Amino acid sequence: MNLSNSEINEMYLDVLKELGNIGTGNAVSALAMMIGRKINMKVPVVKMVKLQEVPEILGGAEIPVVGILLNVEGDIEGFIMFVMSQASAHLLVNMLMGTTLNGYNEFTDIEKSALMEIGNILAGAYLTALSTLTGFKMIQSVPQLAEDMAGAILSFPAIQFGETGDTALYIETEIFEESSRIVADFFLIPTIESYKKMLKALGVA
Amino acid sequence: MMEIIKVGMADLNVTGYPNALTTLGLGSCVGVCIYDTKTKIIGMIHIMLPYSWGVKNNTNPAKFADTGIPLLIEKMEELGATKKNMVSKLAGGAQMFEVTRSEFMNIGKRNVDAAKKVLYEQNIPIVAEDTGGNYGRTIIFYSEDGRLEIKTIGKGTKTI
Repeated sequence: MNLSNSEINEMYLDVLKELGNIGTGNAVSALAMMIGRKINMKVPVVKMVKLQEVPEILGGAEIPVVGILLNVEGDIEGFIMFVMSQASAHLLVNMLMGTTLNGYNEFTDIEKSALMEIGNILAGAYLTALSTLTGFKMIQSVPQLAEDMAGAILSFPAIQFGETGDTALYIETEIFEESSRIVADFFLIPTIESYKKMLKALGVA
Repeated sequence: MMEIIKVGMADLNVTGYPNALTTLGLGSCVGVCIYDTKTKIIGMIHIMLPYSWGVKNNTNPAKFADTGIPLLIEKMEELGATKKNMVSKLAGGAQMFEVTRSEFMNIGKRNVDAAKKVLYEQNIPIVAEDTGGNYGRTIIFYSEDGRLEIKTIGKGTKTI
């Protein structure tokens, strides 16, 4: 079967949308169990975006954001990255620690640990979904956290995608709890070899 | 009226006096800024990767140091700049995360090294640089005197 690049991208997007749905479902269950309250999720947005537009996703290249990065090893190798606005990151911390938002200060070490733990849970949820769809085994590393300008944080996934193409793939996850709305951008960044392997396993290429 | 013109990721731009060029939130990418000391023509490129060879999708020359810097010089010459009057300044090339995977190791430093190599080959002296570290930078390059303003979050602003 000969498929054009755009057809492959379309099919790949469909599979990844499914992955996003399952992964977000898993993540929300895990988070709800952790805090012992009900959380709602919104069907995530899966998009291919132009590299130049990547920093604009969170409202501009200079906006301060929190990025959580994990290494993935095993049958699929690469990175997982979550990017949140500082407001979303604070809401998540508050949700997890039962505290209230009191303006922005730098995150304390305990708050950073809480955020990295959330990164762990979310990454685990997505990897479990991907593993279910492909049968691949994947191991995630300890997460790393960085707070900086959106453009600077996002240059990491953008550069990794930059080696494969001019577009980046991202999944937007929205989590609600009462009046709180948390938006986290999720990037799955496989190495070029793993990307091919994944496409094949997902039945796309 | 001075205009501040934006340069996006994997993009380049040139302008003349009294305008300025800016790129926002440089992380591991490198901003290469070239100034013609006689004509005050300036150019800026936001490089993402060191070399275009070995990369499948390399249709955008502004993404790479090896193809982007010569193109930037060409665009400046089209505006009336002369290569022998050009000097350059570099900013960016940070390591935003401690990455263990060797192939992706410190892309920031690799970008800086590649930019320096290309500038050396092009015979354009580097008169100032603010590279490395683990933080993002916004840069503004003024045609008036070739000064480069560098803004960070939590680490203040400086001019080189």
